[in-house]
Amino acid sequence: MEPCTSDDVVRLNRRAMLQRLGTTGVLVALWPARAWTMSEAVQQAMHQRIGTRTPQPHGMTLRLPPLAETGNSVPLTVAVDSAMTPDDHVLRIHVFVEGNPEPVAATYHLGRRAGKAVISTQMRLARSQTVLALAEMHDGSVRSVTADIVVTLGACVEES
Amino acid sequence: MIKPRVRLPSTASKGEVIEIKTLISHPMETGYRRDAQGHMIPHHIIHTFTCTYNGEQVFRADWHPAVAANPYLAFYTVATESGRLRFEWIDDTGTVYATEADITVV
Amino acid sequence: MPWHLVALSAVLVVTYAALCLLDAGASAQYSVEGRRSGYTYLSPENQRLQDDDFANPGLLWVEQGRELWRQTDGTSHASCATCHGEAEESMRGVRTRYPRVDSQRGKLINLEQQINRCREVHLQAPAYPYESAALLALTTFVSWQSRGLPMAVHSDGPAAPFFAAGKHFFHQRRGQLDLACAHCHDQHAGQRLRGEVISQGQTNGFPIYRHLWQTLGSTHRMFAWCNTAVRAEPYPYGDDVYVNLELFLAWRGRGLPVETPAIRR
Repeated sequence: MEPCTSDDVVRLNRRAMLQRLGTTGVLVALWPARAWTMSEAVQQAMHQRIGTRTPQPHGMTLRLPPLAETGNSVPLTVAVDSAMTPDDHVLRIHVFVEGNPEPVAATYHLGRRAGKAVISTQMRLARSQTVLALAEMHDGSVRSVTADIVVTLGACVEES
Repeated sequence: MIKPRVRLPSTASKGEVIEIKTLISHPMETGYRRDAQGHMIPHHIIHTFTCTYNGEQVFRADWHPAVAANPYLAFYTVATESGRLRFEWIDDTGTVYATEADITVV
Repeated sequence: MPWHLVALSAVLVVTYAALCLLDAGASAQYSVEGRRSGYTYLSPENQRLQDDDFANPGLLWVEQGRELWRQTDGTSHASCATCHGEAEESMRGVRTRYPRVDSQRGKLINLEQQINRCREVHLQAPAYPYESAALLALTTFVSWQSRGLPMAVHSDGPAAPFFAAGKHFFHQRRGQLDLACAHCHDQHAGQRLRGEVISQGQTNGFPIYRHLWQTLGSTHRMFAWCNTAVRAEPYPYGDDVYVNLELFLAWRGRGLPVETPAIRR
């Protein structure tokens, strides 16, 4: 991590500044309050796994700390609200990390013998991002949930 | 080689949902880092973890570099019968790390 | 004053005092007379990870050390256990006293060097290379037996000259950035360096599982890293300069509990 130098400071003239603010203003106006646009890499990885099915944001929780002082090891717990019976169970849970060099973090294969659809693990995050989790249900439906996290010291590419 | 750790109850009632915790020593090297000389440290991760219960697979995880080094994973399974649970971690050199635990189900 | 108000006040005062004592007991453990363990600078998630008796990755090395303790080695075909028996008993308190002066040779040695000395002299086995997985595992396993006990090294008597050398090093400027340890860890502890809060640099948790290294590391690895960070030439692991510094730092953190294996950023 190198300290910022004065060369890094972008010098914007008044016109350029107004242009940028104007564009941002338009985008802000069009964007619903907590909308999030998936990165292309995550979209592709998602379609490879769930095809054309549309994930529904319900019945799942994703626990991440809001701030991680180091991205090297971040605790994550993903849970699906499911009785895990033969008539209602989770087949697979996918975790996507759009801010990392590779968009897929892990896939967990559960099934009827799982008992509870709860996974706890430690993730490595390269930078602040929105983490996405999908759950493929036995009936073909797909659930989703997202969680935002600020990472102050990135991993994956940081040296020791 | 450092042995992997697993923790689960040694006894359970039939049908009880038990939590299994696992921890293994592995660098889970992303392939994006450089060493002190500036050379890329090669990608080296565990890509698959499985749990089999009396021979039947009850859980599997497919891992990518976003899984932290020395990976910790906790999951659940139903205690169906007495027997042996086997845990295997396979990395991209083909090395299989394994450990087993017995359970008595009443 | 009506008697029931007196009674109520007394109950409130006693409850408040009890809560203060309880709270003091919980937090004073990691903070003694203004000397703050690195634990107090951790995020809640990392504090939980350190306290987790399963998920703390450092425990992998404790288990490895437990196996090495019983493993016979060298031409003696003996193990640590042959002389020292159960580590839970024989090694309890050991970590709190190192570095110490080896009276036979009049030299300051740290725990890693003591382990290697035992290997060479009593097991007739070769010394483990510094920072090797085996030495880290054994050092962590032995330190683990003192977890929770307060650091209590000798800085006087035969240790005095080594202590003075370590203290001098701590206050000496070095490197291109021309900084001494004291500048960050005494003068600016608690303040920010870019995105991070500077700790006091206490050593009661070593060997630590450092997230940045994604593995366990010794004090000497930490000192070398810090020296490199101010663009100073680091000393080799095991060097007397670093062992002297260890003694000064152990004294500087006196009373703080052994937290090995601690989690640090």
